[in-house]
Amino acid sequence: MTRPLLDVRDLRVTFHIRREGDLPWTQPRELHAVGGVDFSLAPGETLGVVGESGCGKSTLARALIGLVPAEGQAEWIDGKDLIGLSPRQMMKYRNDIQMVFQDPLASLNPRMTVGQIIAEPLTTHHPGLKRAEVKERVKAMMEKVGLLPNQINRYPHEFSGGQCQRIGIARALIVEPKLIICDEPVSALDVSIQAQVINLLIRLQRELGLALIFIAHDLSVVKHISDRVMVLYLGRVMEIASSDDLYAAPQHPYTQALLSAVPVPDPAHDMAASVVPLAGDLPSPLAPPSGCVFRTRCPRATERCAAEVPVLSGAGHQTACHFPGPLTEAEIAFARRTEAA
Amino acid sequence: MALLDINDLSVSFRTNDGVVQAVNNVSLSVDQGETLGVVGESGSGKSQLSFAIMGLLARNGQATGSVRFDGQEILNAPPKILNRIRAEKIAMIFQDPMTSLNPYMRVSDQMAEVLTLHKGMSRSKAVTESVRMLDAVKIPDAKGRVRLYPHEFSGGMRQRVMIAMALLCRPSLLIADEPTTALDVTVQAQIMTLLAELRREFGMAMILITHDLGVVAGSCERVAVMYGGRIRETGPVGPLFEAPAHPYTQGLLGAIPRIDQEGDELSAIPGSPPNMTRPPAGCAFEPRCPYRREDCACQRPMLDAFAPARARACFAPLDDVLQRRLPQAQTTMQGGQP
Repeated sequence: MTRPLLDVRDLRVTFHIRREGDLPWTQPRELHAVGGVDFSLAPGETLGVVGESGCGKSTLARALIGLVPAEGQAEWIDGKDLIGLSPRQMMKYRNDIQMVFQDPLASLNPRMTVGQIIAEPLTTHHPGLKRAEVKERVKAMMEKVGLLPNQINRYPHEFSGGQCQRIGIARALIVEPKLIICDEPVSALDVSIQAQVINLLIRLQRELGLALIFIAHDLSVVKHISDRVMVLYLGRVMEIASSDDLYAAPQHPYTQALLSAVPVPDPAHDMAASVVPLAGDLPSPLAPPSGCVFRTRCPRATERCAAEVPVLSGAGHQTACHFPGPLTEAEIAFARRTEAA
Repeated sequence: MALLDINDLSVSFRTNDGVVQAVNNVSLSVDQGETLGVVGESGSGKSQLSFAIMGLLARNGQATGSVRFDGQEILNAPPKILNRIRAEKIAMIFQDPMTSLNPYMRVSDQMAEVLTLHKGMSRSKAVTESVRMLDAVKIPDAKGRVRLYPHEFSGGMRQRVMIAMALLCRPSLLIADEPTTALDVTVQAQIMTLLAELRREFGMAMILITHDLGVVAGSCERVAVMYGGRIRETGPVGPLFEAPAHPYTQGLLGAIPRIDQEGDELSAIPGSPPNMTRPPAGCAFEPRCPYRREDCACQRPMLDAFAPARARACFAPLDDVLQRRLPQAQTTMQGGQP
């Protein structure tokens, strides 16, 4: 096997939460936003990260590029561990790892022209470049992402949401990174525009041999774009497998519930008959359940699930569950009853 | 007679940039107990349509046309009449449950207020009734939680509180404006199942406004597709999804990635939605339409019935659209060029 571009082992992000009224010497409570995530990413591969709000998807992305302090290990292809690098040391890798954000307009500086926005990473990472050359490359990149190069002097507010997202993609690509982390890049866009941006990302990825970490809550979009998919719940990996395997034969009860809840644009599809309801609400991440974090809502949970934390295991298709496998009719019926109660 | 009969409804806003035509000549009807889905992208006018029905337009907005509920004209009716109809006959739930509930009031107070005001109930009786309704929307421990404030509920639970509040007076029509857009998929599935159950239980009609074709397919009987403030296509949900007869409907269905199918490239709709401060003279979809013809840019297609209960507003021959035969002169357009 070729060396992975990024090899993440036991990545943890812990926030310290102080409650209102706490005395200065009170120990702050710990919130494990990401609690021990392992995965590896091959060059040119797309890894989809899915999960519901609060599952730690965005925190994971921010930890990888050093925007939040993290523990654990994230080994880059050259053998360097990215976690805990000083900002100066990280600078070198920021060229190789770029990010595209959710809100297209909010992530662009309103007082800079499009040309300045796209050029900024280039002038930061390659200060030696001549001005004419920077402009040339910015124009070439604008063309590549489907923007008209003669719009180089316009401001972000003059563009629509989809075009702003293209500017964000151009800004990420201009330094020729090896990995782009996309945090919900299309969720703020309308359906018809969303398809344009997805197609653009797929095309650019193939052309440039980029690796993508694609974070989204829309499971249909993730299925469409990803080679492999990782499912997170309360900051922990529930299941990670190739996109085809995961969607065709999910092994973790949570993945099955999640997939069954996705609305299908086909009136013949009987949602009520197929959905596996999840009992109750997402537990507070401040007090996660013992053992398997999903056990409080799992139709299959036993005493062992409360006592023992399941380890991510399996070759290729990995699942963190003591009792993996498709849910039976009886278990689905049980889930419906507990939900109704 | 239809429960709600909308005829030639237009909504315009006076702004500093001129008059914005948000909704144009919309005619729709909803029968007793029926669910109508209104689909459209942002700026298509779907929300303003519902605000106009409820008399909730912003101060610079003006609605013309006619909206009849149970035979009674309610468009631009005086507040006194509207206040009898709102909540009692027509209720509405909104996208963001946090900003629609009053953060300073306990859930019990906000809910009881509806009943004391509209039904003249005593406070204690109103609270008991509120608890019963919270039970109906499956909020666990409703009795204990009715005393909480909105922020103490999760997003899904807040939306349940909103639904319970809307149902207190047993309305015969519920307008749900993107009720699940802010929620996670598993919670969305719970809320949609709940709405379907409650609809059956109370025999209530519903207008579901959404951008999500998946949600519409799963819960509506009839659909109206809006674009640029006008209805482009309407029909029963089955035939419309199976054989979309308007290029825009077709484009929308092709543009969504599907979880139940293997797909290659998404067929994106090129370009972007129209600017409604300067509406185009012809069909608003013309610049993005693969079937466009010469007269599309200057003439506006009207909604025409072409099959039982189905209508569309398009000049391209029906068979061409249904069989996806693009006009000869038309070369394939470059996706995404502005």
